[in-house]
Amino acid sequence: MEDFLLRALIAGVGVALISGPLGCFVVWRRMAYFGDTLAHSALLGVALGLLLGFNLTLGIVATAIMIALLVTLFQHQKRIASDTLLGILAHSSLAISLVVLGLLQGYRVDLLSYLFGDVLAVTLEDIYWIYGGGTIALALLGYIWKDLLALTLHEELARAEGINITLTQTLFMVTVAIVIAIAMKVVGVLLITSLLIIPAAAARRFARTPEQMAAIAALIGGASVVAGLFGSLQWDTPSGPSVVVAQLMLFLGSLLAGSLLRTVRP
Amino acid sequence: MVREVASQKNGSPTSPLLQSEVDCGCGHDHSSVNPASGEPLIQASDLTVEFGGRVALDQVNLTVHRNEIVTLIGPNGAGKSTLIRALLQAIRPSKGEVWRRHGLVIGYVPQRLNIDPIMPMTVERFLSIPSPHSLADRKEALLSVGAAQTLEQPVQSLSGGEFQRVLLARAILRKPDLLVLDEPVQGVDFQGQTELYRLISRLREQNGFGILMVSHDLHIVMAETDRVVCINGHVCCSGAPTQVSDSPEYLALFGGQTKPGLAVYHHLHDHSHDGTEAHQHIHGSDCHHPDEPETARKERN
Repeated sequence: MEDFLLRALIAGVGVALISGPLGCFVVWRRMAYFGDTLAHSALLGVALGLLLGFNLTLGIVATAIMIALLVTLFQHQKRIASDTLLGILAHSSLAISLVVLGLLQGYRVDLLSYLFGDVLAVTLEDIYWIYGGGTIALALLGYIWKDLLALTLHEELARAEGINITLTQTLFMVTVAIVIAIAMKVVGVLLITSLLIIPAAAARRFARTPEQMAAIAALIGGASVVAGLFGSLQWDTPSGPSVVVAQLMLFLGSLLAGSLLRTVRP
Repeated sequence: MVREVASQKNGSPTSPLLQSEVDCGCGHDHSSVNPASGEPLIQASDLTVEFGGRVALDQVNLTVHRNEIVTLIGPNGAGKSTLIRALLQAIRPSKGEVWRRHGLVIGYVPQRLNIDPIMPMTVERFLSIPSPHSLADRKEALLSVGAAQTLEQPVQSLSGGEFQRVLLARAILRKPDLLVLDEPVQGVDFQGQTELYRLISRLREQNGFGILMVSHDLHIVMAETDRVVCINGHVCCSGAPTQVSDSPEYLALFGGQTKPGLAVYHHLHDHSHDGTEAHQHIHGSDCHHPDEPETARKERN
């Protein structure tokens, strides 16, 4: 197997293993648009990182956390609907980052690879980032798992039972920010949300408990990375979008399998 | 006005006798049935909650003891759920305070808990949220609420009554001192309501829980209720329910048929909240209305 393909598989599967379980919470908490907004803001992190000269991955994590805090702050006002607010933040941060990148003279930025990912070009350093960040994200998610689950079911009940709501929510946002930063290397800014929500949505029909759904989502995510990359090689299609198309096929397959299951055991 | 309870900080609560059974001179029945039988578990003192300048609760005093069932009643928007949320410390009071016995464990059954079908969840798994319990404990808890057959079912497939039982089982698994039940029988058919009330009463007898319950009905409460507290922004009146099935309210509702497990609460407050006949009755200094002009209260005092 070619080295670049091996690196791409290792990177992609690594991202899928964390984005699957995390994506379940994005789906349960109905935060798909929120995730999308943070993903759009990731490009702002890249632009600011290039402008100010700090590490791009850290720049993305920092920007995503800042946008997440901004959303939380604005949630207390009632004059702007939350989806409007998310739309404003998503598109303005994308636009600002494109403007900043345009102003940066002397850099030749491969915009397409940021927008749609270029997993076939990942380096060994990227893999370290993915597995380092992924391990931290998985540890964080494991740490808050039961509290976040209680919080997702009923916030007041969780509060009454002594769960620290603010801490749990903040750690969850940090986890999302980290996963977006590492997922960007595989599918790019515009497609990150798919990595979070499609495997989780596909896993629903086969799971009886939240933990089963998380594990199945990780498996489906991993399988779609493998299928997408080989497809991309076979038909010479862009890698990131190919992974997403593979996810979609697995999702459609899950719908079919789900209805077959129901026919067999009604 | 200065009151003893206001100066009381953490530590032991004001004596229940001074606190909730004080004769405020307003003609209401403030006497409690069995304050002596159990230690106080939770106590609200002069609890005032405001939302954006509007007073939702005005100087509410309430104590729940071990082995006591207290039922909150009151019209929609009267602040019943607000009081519950303040007691659970989900909202911060603007005045007054909530005292809890040290290490008090609360089992809470919220008014509505819809588990969205997008989250897969069996009863077995649900009972271990947030803290894990052994399968044997979970089975025993389900058995004690009469819902053993639901163990492996998805929670979304349960009927309203079954789900309330599962919620109770989950609350019991925490080994609480105090059960807080917000309209536990709402949306359950009549037969199911009677059974649920019987279950709640049995749980009290077996475990000695203090139980604070919000009723969805203004007049009909669970028969075993020790004390009914009627709330409408403030405590309107409180007292024991009447266990007679020939009272006019009861007859109007059930046409003479006796339904087990229920009792009627006669509202003894003689004031109204529509403003027409307000303040014709004599209130003591402890009883005043949030919308009452300051002068009216001063005159009375």
